[in-house]
This record gives sequence, C-alpha cells and structure tokens, in this order.
Amino acid sequence: MIAHIHLRDQEFKVRSGMTIRSALLRLDIQPEAVLPTRGGELLTDDEILQEGDEIRLIAVISGGTY
Amino acid sequence: MKCRKCDEKAVIHMRQHKLALCKNHYLDWIPEQTQRFIHDYMMFDPADRVLLAVSGGKDSLALWDVLSRLGYQVDGLYIGLGIDEGISYSAESQRITEDFAAAHDLVLLIYDIEENEGSDIPTAASLTRRGRDRPCSICGLSKRHIMNRIAVDNDYDVLVTGHNLDDEAAVLFGNTLNWLSAYLQRQGPVLQSRSGLVKKAKPFFRFYERETTAYALLRGIDYMYDECPHAVGAKSIYYKQLLNRLETDRPGAKLSFYLSFLRAKETMSFISEGDDVELILHPCTSCGQPTSAPDLCTYCRTWVEVRSRRVTMLEQGIES
Repeated sequence: MIAHIHLRDQEFKVRSGMTIRSALLRLDIQPEAVLPTRGGELLTDDEILQEGDEIRLIAVISGGTY
Repeated sequence: MKCRKCDEKAVIHMRQHKLALCKNHYLDWIPEQTQRFIHDYMMFDPADRVLLAVSGGKDSLALWDVLSRLGYQVDGLYIGLGIDEGISYSAESQRITEDFAAAHDLVLLIYDIEENEGSDIPTAASLTRRGRDRPCSICGLSKRHIMNRIAVDNDYDVLVTGHNLDDEAAVLFGNTLNWLSAYLQRQGPVLQSRSGLVKKAKPFFRFYERETTAYALLRGIDYMYDECPHAVGAKSIYYKQLLNRLETDRPGAKLSFYLSFLRAKETMSFISEGDDVELILHPCTSCGQPTSAPDLCTYCRTWVEVRSRRVTMLEQGIES
C-alpha cells in the first residue's frame, strides 16, 4: 500500500499508514523545510498517508531573493 | 488536527508556538502578528512613506500583501539584475512583480542595472576581482546601494525588506560561528537612519520561512518558485539546513536563538575596546552616498572597474 511524495522533480514511494512527518523523516527531508500539499490544499504533517495519496511538497528555503 | 480558534481543519501547525490554525484564521493571524512587530519594534507609522524591496519572491510579495492589507502606504522597488542562466530568472521575477503590483493597484519603481550602469550583474561580476568566483558579492553590494539611494532621493521614511526568521537566524549563526563582532553589533530587525542611510526594517523577521510561504500559497500569490541560479551552494542555505535539523529535534530553537540574541544586545556589547564599529561616514565624491572610504564608495569604485575593463576588452576585441 503505497503513497507518493513529490519534491521538485523527485518522486518517493512510501508505505501508507504513517504520518507525513514520519515519512519525511524516513526520507531525510526536514519537515521544517517543506509544506505538504494534496490536490493544491495545505496539510499539517500529522496527516496519515492513505493508499494512492499524491503528496506534493513545496520547498520553503530560499537564498537568492530578498 | 483542528484549528485552535475554531473547529475547522488546520492547514498549518507551528510547533514553536504550539499553535495550529485553519486557513481563515491563519490569514488573519499573519497580519495581526506583523502589526504587533511593527508596533513593538517601532518600525514605522501609518503616515510614513514606506519603500519595500521586492524581488518576486514569496517573502517580499507576501509582505507587500500584508502591509497593503494593514493600510500602510507602501511602494515597491524592483532591481533588475539581468540574471538569465537559461531560465530567464530576472525577466520572470520582474514579470511576476509587475503583475502583482498591477493586480493590487500598487506603485512599483523599477531600476534596471544594465540600463543604468552598462552591464548586468553576471557580466559585471566576471570583470571584477570582487565577483570573479560568483556574482553574489557584487549583487548584494549593488542592491544595498541602489535601495538606499532610491529611498533617500525619493524621500521615503523607511526601507523594508522581506527577511524572515530563517534568514536572520542563518546570518546570526554565521556571524556567531566566525565571531564577527562588528556584524553582530549591527544585526537586528531595525536599523536607524544616519548620515544619509535611510531607516531599515524587517517586519517579517519573527516568522519562519515556512509560515511566509504558507501565507503566500493560501493567499494565492504567484511568486518566483525557482531559486536564484547563483544561490546553489550558498552558505546561507547550508546554515538554514543546519538550523532546521536543530528545529526538528527542538521546536522553537531557531526563534529562541534569535530572540535571545536580541535580548542580549540590550544589555551587552559584542565589540571589544578598539574594534572599529562606528565608522565615520561621508558622501562619496561621485554619487554622494555615505561611505567610510576616503574618495569613492565601494559601489562606485566597483562599477568604475567594470566599465574600465569593458572598454579594455572592447579595444582588444574580446567578447565579455
């Protein structure tokens, strides 16, 4: 039972049933550095991943603008 | 997770505040907190003319949106750097900024460096000792100089930027790591005006980058998602990543680090006797902007070097 997590042009497959935060930590993605969305809606990272979920992460760290 | 203020589903959880909010309450919370910071840190008043440095990025556009909603008179200043790198970076960020200003009926000043100085930033960087490895140094120098000059020449009371807590904490981390005492003494959310330097303020300085991004997304603000191509490998981004690792284990660590520093500054000095902190400033003999250098300011000296090298290359038939 798989959920998909997308960050920029990378796609990760994770087991559903865990929280988004747990999945991020397992993928070594810092929860503070991203905002999870599903279908264009923001989610809190305690959301439980369902089978077939397509989670898109918005990267928040910037360094080149002011 | 539910919103703290109602029964709606929360869209953001801010662990450092132990606070989760729904979309509507979050979009009210950000302006409320921003107003509190503006007041508590005496940044500016409603009657002040405010110039906001906008880049097309999420922080500056989100700040422009918030300040407009709060009723402040805020004009934007966009500086065209001429960075392309195959993704039309500057052209796209300018388009985004212009679209935002037009949609919100806001005044936008545009200063194009190539039009005014004869070279874009990447070309200028390649022609100077200062910028040979990467253009960030000459880019920062140019932006700071131009922002101040335009603010002063047009009688703005304060220049504001969209720097957030992650930006400030990363700079503080770097300054602390290298014990740059003079920089530590000057770092803060408000810099008072002096000797031809306009007052500067950072109203978003207590928000995490995650929060300003969430605000921009929830408000439907179109912003420049791509990073500046020259930001790859930047120390500031590395420091932010390190601090985020700390934050993951200890929620609130970044905020506590920065606020503790500000409290410490109230009661102690970071400089030692003999450190040259309060530089004596006088007008540059070319542009009139304040400088500690004896003749030309660093900006004018740099661009004189750029123009001189371009002339030399043209005479030698070398393409820049």
